[in-house]
Amino acid sequence: MTLADDSPRTVTAPAVPAPPDPTPPPVPRRRGPSLSRNRWGYAYVAPFFVVFGAFSLFPFLFTAWVSLHDARLSDISGGTFVGLDNYAALLGNDFFWNALRNTITIGVLSTVPQLCLALGLAHLLHYKLRGRTFFRTVMLVPYATSIAAATLVFATLFGRDYGIINTALEAVGLDRVDWESGTLSSQVAIAVIVTWRWTGYNALIYLAAMQSIPGELYEAAEMDGASKWRQFLHVTIPSLRPTILFTVVVSTIGAVQLFGEPLLFGGNGATTGGARNQYQTLGLLMYQQGWTNFNIGQAATTAWAMFLIILAVVGSAALVGRYRARREGARR
Amino acid sequence: MTAVLTPPTATTPRTTGRRPSTRAGRAGPVAYTLLVLAGLLSVFPLYWSLVAGSHTNAEIAATPPPFLPNATFFENVSAAMDQAPLGLAIVNSVVVAGSITVGTVLFCTLAGFAFAKLRFRGSGPLLALVVGTMMVPTQLAVIPLFMMIAELQWVDSLQAVILPTLVSAFGVFFMRQYLVTALPDELLEAGRVDGASTHRIFFSIVLPVARPAMAVLAMLTFLTAWNEFFWPIIALTAANPTVQVAIANLGSGYVPQRAVIMAGTLLGTLPVLLVFALLGKQIVGGIMAGAVKG
Repeated sequence: MTLADDSPRTVTAPAVPAPPDPTPPPVPRRRGPSLSRNRWGYAYVAPFFVVFGAFSLFPFLFTAWVSLHDARLSDISGGTFVGLDNYAALLGNDFFWNALRNTITIGVLSTVPQLCLALGLAHLLHYKLRGRTFFRTVMLVPYATSIAAATLVFATLFGRDYGIINTALEAVGLDRVDWESGTLSSQVAIAVIVTWRWTGYNALIYLAAMQSIPGELYEAAEMDGASKWRQFLHVTIPSLRPTILFTVVVSTIGAVQLFGEPLLFGGNGATTGGARNQYQTLGLLMYQQGWTNFNIGQAATTAWAMFLIILAVVGSAALVGRYRARREGARR
Repeated sequence: MTAVLTPPTATTPRTTGRRPSTRAGRAGPVAYTLLVLAGLLSVFPLYWSLVAGSHTNAEIAATPPPFLPNATFFENVSAAMDQAPLGLAIVNSVVVAGSITVGTVLFCTLAGFAFAKLRFRGSGPLLALVVGTMMVPTQLAVIPLFMMIAELQWVDSLQAVILPTLVSAFGVFFMRQYLVTALPDELLEAGRVDGASTHRIFFSIVLPVARPAMAVLAMLTFLTAWNEFFWPIIALTAANPTVQVAIANLGSGYVPQRAVIMAGTLLGTLPVLLVFALLGKQIVGGIMAGAVKG
């Protein structure tokens, strides 16, 4: 995996609960006769790989095979081989392009504000605070709330006739918004749900990274007369760049798969994503193809298209990361 | 969706809470105000579900809307339980999330130890496979997975949602990263010199050292498993649901009774909120420990 560079760098244990034994200074790895060439290794990884292979890896790869078939949910045994027909059909399918457009719009509307807010929040949490643990825990409450619960609550808040967001809009003299039936308004509402659930989580990731920025960098910047804001711009942000890249990738992968929020937002469990499909995402389209229309061959094709999108995102992030690393290497 | 939990690369070297630098200033009134505001936004939707869940639809729609909960909540909860088997759903979710947690922690600790300390042919490529698939979303595997459980006639049974998530690539990586440094080679060698078998070493040396990381993994796994939505809604029906499936069905009724939906939703969220109230500090620490090294 491109992002997770597993080269033997210095890695310390998660320090949260301190290990009972203080870690001794690193010693050269001993290739003693005992634990090296240990056949038991296979036995120790076997349970993981059996379950993982059967229920994750195999189904994932088999999705590609199903996508080459005209397969129905009613006939689970396989269907007929049709080559790339499903892919051709997908590319000619207006619903696919609509779902792709919606997925991208909602993805941008949720990822960008979410990560910007998380950066600001991390900055605030980085101050010396009274009740530090309390604040951190509170920020994580949305993350602990399930997609289903969060979406149902927000659907109530965004309700046309009784939602308190509209009540508040009216109270300040604005017009009520029919959030669900508008294209942009429904997508904004769904993006708000995603942003609410993930901002605090990302803030904690940024906070952890901020805490490992050496203080000398700030001292040097201060000596150069840099203001707090310039320090944030020129010390904090560059130091967080790998972390930011990582959160962008993870959020984007989440955005490509968005499913529960658009499924439940309409309040009737419809897989259409609104009367005009105005907030149907790729994940929802796949579910509709497979479990409403019983066309699992087509659904598998959509799944594989989603995978290709994710691959493109991760690949370009890896390229950006590598380019950055090389440029920084050249500067030194 | 394990992927979202999973910052890869090295875990950040930190000492809990204590900042190494003196750079972060004391928070001023502005910072506190903004933080309190952010905190209110974080908890408001859940608080609102309590308020809305303890009124009738008409009362919620009033201007100004009510802002305090009252005892009608319990009436609405029992109405919600009439519409969806929430009691059964909570029991099911405890069984499902509990089994997944036990399985994940056990299998991932075994594999993590092997990858961290045992040298066997092919361990490098196998670990690369684990890391490489960490970000592949399970959502893309659901079609063959559904064909499998249909073949096995597991649709609507709990093993259909337990088995596919019984292990996680993130868990293996997490345990490996922890044990690589937390478990000194000398300790293992000493055990070996004393004539202990690999299993003996695992149980009496590795497990005690691994315990803190296992606890963190357990909390994160339980939370994720409790909230899992996509696969359960495919594999289970309204007759034998987990909490998330039951809530979703409650929200998809033809006559939406907002108050009842809100009451049921909050009921289904209470168990995780309880876990959170008790272990919030450890969960925060776990997520931050998994964060990326800059």
